[in-house]
Amino acid sequence: MTLPIETSSSSLRSESACRGGALGPAARGHLPARAGVGLKPQHFQDILDSPGELGFFEVHAENYMGAGGPMHHWLTRIRECHPLSVHGVGLSIGGQEPLDAAHLARLRILLARYEPEAFSEHLAWSTHAGAYLADLLPLAYDGRSLRRVCEHIDEVQMALGRRMLLENPATYVEFADSTMSEADFITEVVRRTGCGLLLDVNNAYVSAVNHGCDAAAFLAALPLEAVGEIHLAGFAVDRDAAGEPLLIDSHGSPVADAVWTLYEEVLQRIGPVATLIERDHDVPDFATLAAEAGRAEALLCRMAASTAEVCA
Amino acid sequence: MTAHAAFAAALLDPDVAVPAGLTAWNGVDPMRRFAVYRNNVTTALTGVLADSFPVTQQLVGEDFFCAMARVFLRAHPPRSPLLHEYGHDFPAFVAQFEPARQVPYLADMARLEWLRLASLHAADAPVLAADDIAPLLADPAALPGLRLALHPAAAVLQSAHAVVSLWGAHHGVGALAEVDPYAAESALVLRPMLEVLVLRLPPGGGIFAAALAAETTLGEAAAAASADPSFDLAENLALLIRHGALGALRSSARN
Ligand SMILES: [Fe+2]
Repeated sequence: MTLPIETSSSSLRSESACRGGALGPAARGHLPARAGVGLKPQHFQDILDSPGELGFFEVHAENYMGAGGPMHHWLTRIRECHPLSVHGVGLSIGGQEPLDAAHLARLRILLARYEPEAFSEHLAWSTHAGAYLADLLPLAYDGRSLRRVCEHIDEVQMALGRRMLLENPATYVEFADSTMSEADFITEVVRRTGCGLLLDVNNAYVSAVNHGCDAAAFLAALPLEAVGEIHLAGFAVDRDAAGEPLLIDSHGSPVADAVWTLYEEVLQRIGPVATLIERDHDVPDFATLAAEAGRAEALLCRMAASTAEVCA
Repeated sequence: MTAHAAFAAALLDPDVAVPAGLTAWNGVDPMRRFAVYRNNVTTALTGVLADSFPVTQQLVGEDFFCAMARVFLRAHPPRSPLLHEYGHDFPAFVAQFEPARQVPYLADMARLEWLRLASLHAADAPVLAADDIAPLLADPAALPGLRLALHPAAAVLQSAHAVVSLWGAHHGVGALAEVDPYAAESALVLRPMLEVLVLRLPPGGGIFAAALAAETTLGEAAAAASADPSFDLAENLALLIRHGALGALRSSARN
């Protein structure tokens, strides 16, 4: 899957285009096949001072659902000059209960306000009986949850009037009730709902190690043609009760070498795709984070023979 | 009980057994694996509370605060994914949390920090500028009936303790040792630009601003505040206007 790269290289690199708010809705389509980072408040000013350095930014939707104040002020200014991906963490698509209509309405308002190039959520649940549990929790992969997840994604795509990307999870347990593999489950969800895939390569690696599988084989079994964005992140290493490695999706360290290798393999299969460095804990200064994104950007450039001017 | 109900119950309470039906590829006890989720939930939510109530945490220390936050989150898990709203019920919990009684001003510090967070995310709206109020001053007879409302990002806290001085001392304003925590203070919280400010109101200013916040008339608010003999209406009104604590007049505001 190849996404247009010219949207990022021409207008977005010009500071004057940003100041004039030249990036109107008509210019917005897909995320550019470049590297981006998660938007952190401590980096707001650095980002405005260095337009064009990165291909896009990603925000957690829930962090921008306050009524007003500085979060909206900064995001508005940054969004004027950068492509944007909105990443939800609270919709509980994998939940056993109906979606939270109020939260879906908040998402609709947020997306109407910022018109992001991409919207994504997780194959996970986080709310039960009205309690929000502040984590991305695992679900059994069986026929019932497949039907429920598909219904929820249909509802989301209908309510938001757009295609969403679904992110593969990092998990620490499996379920006796599961009747299909995660890759088969995701493949079927993508086929039935038409949603895209947010491929988190770190999650794939973490889950593969945690469940004694081969990460490359897992990736090969996914519907990679549906990938609209890639996530890269760091993990922490723990041990399970048998002393086997138990990797924790911590977002608190640089991307591991094994994950970079898998990422390159994915790019070789599908070509350059917008790639995010996710960092939510022990966040380094902007230059350090941008340098890590630069490593992804270099790999994206190598894959895209027609984008010499971006690589230069 | 559905699978997720059992999972959620065990997440929040370490005394509830790990839910049935969890497996691991190597056949080992899933307890350690399930503990990752338990730890994620507790760490995330205690982290939200610690970030929302930093001075409250400093007043009792990290260990005490975390233990208190864990009791809170088990009894009051968030009701929405908007975690910046999660602290709403925390001050009331602190007020009745028995082990915290040794720090009598702790709950008011939590109230002040909650108002700061609420102010940070409050709606953007125009403030009442000095120019807007000048024509009103030309008609003194109408002034007592005027209804002035606080700006959405402004709030007032009347405390029996020195919350503003204590808060300031934890932010490099004044020496903590010189604060008498039992001196009553009223705080005005506001967000003039992008940052939230905390100001100490003059005598009677807390009653006055709270009355305006309750949408009483200017006359009623001034009368209530006059319970404090040193209340000065002009001084308080000027302060609120100067700091942008009042919302713009609605067309019906003048009667
Ligand atoms: Fe991710």
